[in-house]
Amino acid sequence: MSARPESGAPAGSATISDGNLLNVADLSVRFATEDGLLKAVDGVSFDVGSSEILAIVGESGSGKSVTAQTIMGLTRSPNAQIEGSIRFRDKELTGLRDAELQDVRGKEIAMVFQDPMTSLNPVYRVGRQIVEAIRSHSEVPAEEAREKAIEMLAAVGIPAPESRVDNFPHEFSGGMRQRAMIAMGLALEPSLLIADEPSTALDVTIQAQIIRLIQRLNQERGLAVILITHDLGVVAEIADRVLVMYAGKAVEQGTLDEIFYDPQHPYTWGLLGSLTRLDRPRPRRLPQIKGLPPSLLAPPTGCSFRPRCPHAFGRCTEPPSLEARLSEAPQHMDRCWKSPDEKRELRNVEGRIGLRSEA
Amino acid sequence: MPEPYADAAVEPKTLPVDDFSSDDSTGFEGRSPWYLAWRRLRRNRVALAFLALFFLIVIFVLAAPLWATQVAHTGPDTTHTTEKITVDGKKKDVVSLDGQPIGPVWFGAAGKFFLGADGSLGRDEMVRLMYGGRISLFIGIVSALITTILAVVFGLLAGFYGGKLDSAIGAIMDVIWAFPVLLLGIALGTALSVGNGLQLGPITIPGNSIWIPILIIGFVYTPYMLRPIRGEVLGLREKEFVEAATAQGAGTLRIMFSELLPNLWSTIIVFFTLNIANNMLFESALSFLGAGVRPPTSSWGSMSSQGFTLLTSQPQLVTIPGLMILLTVLSLNVFGDGLRDALDPKSKITLRARGGQIEPEKAST
Amino acid sequence: MGPFIARRLVRMVLVLFAVSILVFLIFNVLPGGGTDAAARRIAGKNATPQLIANVRKDFGFDESLPQQYLTMMKQIFSGSLVSYQSQLNVMDQIKQGIPATFSLCIGAAIIWMAFGVLFGYLSAVHAGRLTDRGLTILALAGISLPVFWLASILIVYLSQKIPIFPNGDFVPFQDDPWQWLVHLILPWTTLAVLFVGFYSRVLRSNMLDVMDEDYVRAARAKGLGEHQVRTRHVLRNALIPIVTLFGLDFAAVIGGGAIITELIFNLNGVGQYAAQSIGNQDLPPIMAVTLFGAFFVVLFNTLVDVAYAYLDPRIRLGTSAELA
Repeated sequence: MSARPESGAPAGSATISDGNLLNVADLSVRFATEDGLLKAVDGVSFDVGSSEILAIVGESGSGKSVTAQTIMGLTRSPNAQIEGSIRFRDKELTGLRDAELQDVRGKEIAMVFQDPMTSLNPVYRVGRQIVEAIRSHSEVPAEEAREKAIEMLAAVGIPAPESRVDNFPHEFSGGMRQRAMIAMGLALEPSLLIADEPSTALDVTIQAQIIRLIQRLNQERGLAVILITHDLGVVAEIADRVLVMYAGKAVEQGTLDEIFYDPQHPYTWGLLGSLTRLDRPRPRRLPQIKGLPPSLLAPPTGCSFRPRCPHAFGRCTEPPSLEARLSEAPQHMDRCWKSPDEKRELRNVEGRIGLRSEA
Repeated sequence: MPEPYADAAVEPKTLPVDDFSSDDSTGFEGRSPWYLAWRRLRRNRVALAFLALFFLIVIFVLAAPLWATQVAHTGPDTTHTTEKITVDGKKKDVVSLDGQPIGPVWFGAAGKFFLGADGSLGRDEMVRLMYGGRISLFIGIVSALITTILAVVFGLLAGFYGGKLDSAIGAIMDVIWAFPVLLLGIALGTALSVGNGLQLGPITIPGNSIWIPILIIGFVYTPYMLRPIRGEVLGLREKEFVEAATAQGAGTLRIMFSELLPNLWSTIIVFFTLNIANNMLFESALSFLGAGVRPPTSSWGSMSSQGFTLLTSQPQLVTIPGLMILLTVLSLNVFGDGLRDALDPKSKITLRARGGQIEPEKAST
Repeated sequence: MGPFIARRLVRMVLVLFAVSILVFLIFNVLPGGGTDAAARRIAGKNATPQLIANVRKDFGFDESLPQQYLTMMKQIFSGSLVSYQSQLNVMDQIKQGIPATFSLCIGAAIIWMAFGVLFGYLSAVHAGRLTDRGLTILALAGISLPVFWLASILIVYLSQKIPIFPNGDFVPFQDDPWQWLVHLILPWTTLAVLFVGFYSRVLRSNMLDVMDEDYVRAARAKGLGEHQVRTRHVLRNALIPIVTLFGLDFAAVIGGGAIITELIFNLNGVGQYAAQSIGNQDLPPIMAVTLFGAFFVVLFNTLVDVAYAYLDPRIRLGTSAELA
């Protein structure tokens, strides 16, 4: 995966959230398993302002997808326990029944999933699936809904939408299916799009097209976006703000510039350090974060990154709180006990930000 | 932004990047899947209760000689056509003058004719029930063993070698599959028993041997198990550990039996359990129609068949052996179902009971 | 869709040929003890030497195997096959049984599909809960019932002890539709129970698999109601494999597979004809019924594949690698 954050100013302007669209507070999702309680999401809070792009970044199993699904009420296993608050336009979404969530899903918040190959029902025509979404929310005549479907397919850049609307999903390429998914999501003009790794399963060139499409929709329609990804290159291109998750917890959050130019958490350093940089000589070997993410069933005491962190010290056995540690940036919060000055020192690896392999 | 349609052909493989349930690396290490399965099974009270029922039935049929010699004082084939027994102090015919057998007397005659007599020959139904169960269970288990061995060996060969061998085995299975199972069983059963049995080189199996139904039942159900096994082998063949073994120069046989076979055990065990149930039911149907076990051997199926002529006057001659079949088959089916749930790794995160991929019957086409 | 149907037809003809070869092998070639084993089999029990000689001649047992095969097929398909015991023409007897067999099978099929889908759906939707556990035990009991036992119990309790239904016999529909129905209720139930159990299990398991599919999650995400998600997306896709299953099973019972039900309720259908022939050790009827039964299955299987292709566009358009 080649990510290419430009060394200059990143695309997308850094706006501070006014927090009026989506408000997630202290969200926890736990699964009762045979091996004990699995804490998939552990006390995560964030806001999304209208027409803002928030990126949620983390490794597999960091809880970012579960967070996204839970917002939509799609965490449905009977053994899931959901706590905390999810407010959308001042309406509390947690605890709502399916029937009540229906008005929000699709109409207010749309979601695009990781794998476009399996996200469309193979037995129905693409157009029909878009029409189905439209007509489930409003009493639109079939013909009108079909027109709308064609219009949406055109809007997401599907060529010859009048004929493509009658294709079956398997007649679409992966990139086109993801576009169709986006078209379906946007058909009802929602104000928030949750894109769960929308480009991960696609070819590199198609990835860029999908990301640019999301960016364009954000700019043209004022669509707010939660972009779930593990690809910091994508984040650098379009995000306004970034939330870094590790082992179910938010370990750092701030504006794009804050995260990329003044990262406070060693895990973020590791993520940034493992990016390939086109503006630097090619390293012999891509740096990586040693070790594996911890078990979510029995997370380490104290800082959950401690077992993998080369800079861990005595205090790390105490769980660090998520707080602003920089006086000049009150919105930039992290979960690391080290002082900002120490961090500036420690994150410097051969002249760039990274996580040292040895302390 | 036009996009070439041609890229349909080069769609990338997708990886579940943030899929929780696949996140085994974060779980506890060193815990064998068998242990996990056992722990799940142990919690399934219903499955264990039915397993206990199955063992009770096995003990019941194993106790046949004990009952015959110590309680009933007669054998399964001993006739008592003209005898009288004392039931609660009154003398009664075992078989009445018009050929009606005596009904169940329970402990009225100290355990003799507990379930009455079996028909005009006046044999002790209870003794016959216990001995007949041995035959039913024996045929069920041995034929399931045959089905399993055939399906595993040919499934491994077909799945591992692929190509022409796979096509040939597949074609044969398709042809067997085309027959309604019962009709194929009947055709083979009658053809083999009407003549003088089966002659395979030096081995002659007489027409009334129980090996004829055993071989037939073992054979006709092979395709139903072979297909899923083959499918699994096809999947496993692509896995890294098989490639690794090949790279280390392991022989074909070694790969098949020490790399692939261990991964098939859970499927095999579930199928074996359900096959016993299925095969016993099939045996009872064949024997009921007269195309299964032949006199003097009798099974629960042939006992029911024989008793059917007396359904109006002595319905227990059909309903009791039939009930034994039902209980045995049900106990194996419920236990097998629980076993499948326990061995299905998908149930690791989601606690809800769910059916796995394995469907022993015609499900996987 | 044309090429797809053509391919399926070619395959069908090949399988039909193979099926007929297998029937030939079972009845004419399977090694039995002694000389004239096959002729003895076909002549039936207590056959005179004269009769065995006639069978030898009719079936051409002195000729080469390919010639024997042709002779046998000609006997069966020209309708000249005769039972050497009853002297009755086999084809005529089979034709006489068809109305009863069709009445039994079509009615039972409607019942088993309706209840199988209903129970499977309820079981999947309530997976893990009490409804599901209860239905699972019921379904497993249905699968475990010996057909003759169920039929006997129904006759003893619903016909003899409490005389609600007649204990058997077939009344043709055109003679008396009401009696036709009344006479068939117990046989329909008997035949359907096993399949209800089996289909509800298969559908439940299919539905649970489909429920994990991304497109179901996506359907919820776009705001479809739970009922729409379950019927239009989960049930619709989970039913596709059931269609194949139904084709095979329906063909098997129509082709004479409902033997025990027909025998016990004395329906005089094709299956009962076969059952009586087993009792008499009379092979020619069994030969014909087996071959026709298998032909029915192959024929239906082809029809089902075409229906399947209609239901699943990936196959229809020939883009799926796993055409089967």
